[in-house]
Amino acid sequence: MLKQIVFIVISTLSFGMLFYSFFKIYKYLKLTKPFKIRHLGKRIAVTLNVAIFQTKILRRPVIGLLHALVFWGFCVILFGSLEMMLDGFSGNEKSFSVLGIVYKIFIVSGDIFAFIIFFAIIIFLARRTVLKVKRFSGIEMKHKSHVDANIALSLILFLMVSLIGMNTFSALMIPEEAKSLYPLSSYLSNILNITDSETIKSGYEINWWSHISLIFIFMNVLPYSKHFHVFMSVPNVFFSRLEPLGKLPNMDNITKEVKSMMNPETAFAEPTEPPAEIERFGVKDCEDVTWKNYLDSLSCTQCGRCTASCPANITGKKLSPRKIMIDLRARMKEKAPHLLKEGETFSDNKSLIKDYIFTEEIWACTTCNACAQECPVNINHPEMIVFMRRYLVMEESAAPAMLNVMFTNIENNGAPWQFSSEDRMLWAKDLTTN
Amino acid sequence: MNIEVPVMAEVTAKGQQPEYLFWVGCAGAFDDRYKKVARAFAKILHHLNISYAVLGKEETCTGDPARRAGNEMLYQMQALTNINTFTTYNVKKILTICPHCYNIFKNDYPDLGGKYEVIHYTQFLQSFIDSGKLKIKSDKFNDKLITFHDPCYLGRANGEYNAPRTVLNAIRATKVEMKRSKSFALCCGAGGGQMFKEAEKGNKEVFIERTEDALETKANIIATACPFCMTMLTDGLKYKNKEEEIFNYDIAELVVMAMGW
Repeated sequence: MLKQIVFIVISTLSFGMLFYSFFKIYKYLKLTKPFKIRHLGKRIAVTLNVAIFQTKILRRPVIGLLHALVFWGFCVILFGSLEMMLDGFSGNEKSFSVLGIVYKIFIVSGDIFAFIIFFAIIIFLARRTVLKVKRFSGIEMKHKSHVDANIALSLILFLMVSLIGMNTFSALMIPEEAKSLYPLSSYLSNILNITDSETIKSGYEINWWSHISLIFIFMNVLPYSKHFHVFMSVPNVFFSRLEPLGKLPNMDNITKEVKSMMNPETAFAEPTEPPAEIERFGVKDCEDVTWKNYLDSLSCTQCGRCTASCPANITGKKLSPRKIMIDLRARMKEKAPHLLKEGETFSDNKSLIKDYIFTEEIWACTTCNACAQECPVNINHPEMIVFMRRYLVMEESAAPAMLNVMFTNIENNGAPWQFSSEDRMLWAKDLTTN
Repeated sequence: MNIEVPVMAEVTAKGQQPEYLFWVGCAGAFDDRYKKVARAFAKILHHLNISYAVLGKEETCTGDPARRAGNEMLYQMQALTNINTFTTYNVKKILTICPHCYNIFKNDYPDLGGKYEVIHYTQFLQSFIDSGKLKIKSDKFNDKLITFHDPCYLGRANGEYNAPRTVLNAIRATKVEMKRSKSFALCCGAGGGQMFKEAEKGNKEVFIERTEDALETKANIIATACPFCMTMLTDGLKYKNKEEEIFNYDIAELVVMAMGW
């Protein structure tokens, strides 16, 4: 009974905190611009493909497979975690065992996955701390980012240690012939070879409480960690852009303007309706992005596959697609609370562009889409970069001088170079063939 | 034999309706090196007996470089102008040689009401090879090793990796892939408006990095299918002093050379 009360108190507090974190993020999302979602069928397909079958992370097959095993393991182990919650609330033990064979499959595979995840996390930690894989460094990867990553990985490691501990003591409680329920932990139980039932009971309880406490800590750390992708990546994939990578979203407000300019009847006419509220062109600050852009930034786990494939970054330019996502999330965290408290007019004389992302980064992009292609959770960085260029060009006329020359050429001659449209057929002159 | 490239205004004045609009693009019209590619493709169209026309003086930039550089206003003015022209000539199918023109017609113009069947010339040639209407029987490149550089706006942007390879494979020669190819391909460095500006400060030019990928394959011919890639890789070969031994050709040029057209 006491166990039940303690559990209910702790879990209510934990879920309350988690709910508060999500509610805050929901309010931040509401500060952003719309992004239309349609095509439910296609969304389910892309979620299965990219999230569940992990096809994009598997583009790097070896380390990708390790991650996929961790992901699939988490899905299986989640079953056991839900059972623990139910046990904790009800005071029962192994509530799900009524499911029979299904239960056995989950517990057996969960035990195997616990060991796989344990070893995978050790490899992941080694890649960060010992091997120092280049992908995990960069100007945006501050000391804080590395600490964050190592805390998240260590929490998962201890989650697995306590789960294996639970399974080991569970195996000690059951008859020899039933031990196949814990195919790997039963080896540990044989080594421990404890017979005293009191010791077994308290060993189990210690691991049970450690595991459930770690779950509560982990889930409340996640919303403030780069490891938030544990929650956000599947939804982010579900809300992916479904169009080809080459497509950019149209600016409908500009279409209206251009159409009226091109129509001789409306071009010089007095405006019949009062002008709508003037919207900012492009992205200057965090509230100018779409909610999907912000969701992207919350889903980024800073793996650096984008930056490692970026031609600008490879050749030493300042641009790092990962940094764009980190900066957006950080700027929102800084500004959103004030926007919510003091209203839309709040200004701290800072902005995403210039104070976080420098124009040098924005202009280095070739829009080759390698970053978006590599991102395992379908983040689209080039779209954000073009949105920021739109702000720089259309609000501040701050394009690099040579691009302004290109714009002028297109305006005057209909070509990015300074050639007359009268010469457009010269290429076909004196064309002969055999 | 002389080829007269048909111009839309003249053809329609005679009451004819060509099946395809051949969109030459600014590079095809004005870039000295790429004019040769436009000429090569016009030869192919002639020999395949295609009903087509070009817009000539009525062609104007698609707006793509402006759009990727953030000038949405200029892009939409160009796009709506072009859509008006296409409507005037009742254009249904557009053939492009430049992947950037291909991409913007296919993906971006529909939002402004311009919906067409857009075909990149490698896809067009692929259909003729697949149906057996274009057979390339020539030993001209037998002893050559050819590598292909994927243009971002054909490859990653639109998922087209097979069409250019089908055409190349129809030419008798040995083919070799670069270490970064298809969806993993490295950009030439000229997309997103970079063609028209100096690169930002770094420790290397992107086109040199990509040229090194190509040189590593030991190929004698670097095949491209994009005007910007051609400028970049040709520059890369010059930078590496390899322009005398290794050649950069567009796939359309390789087809024309192999056919002896």
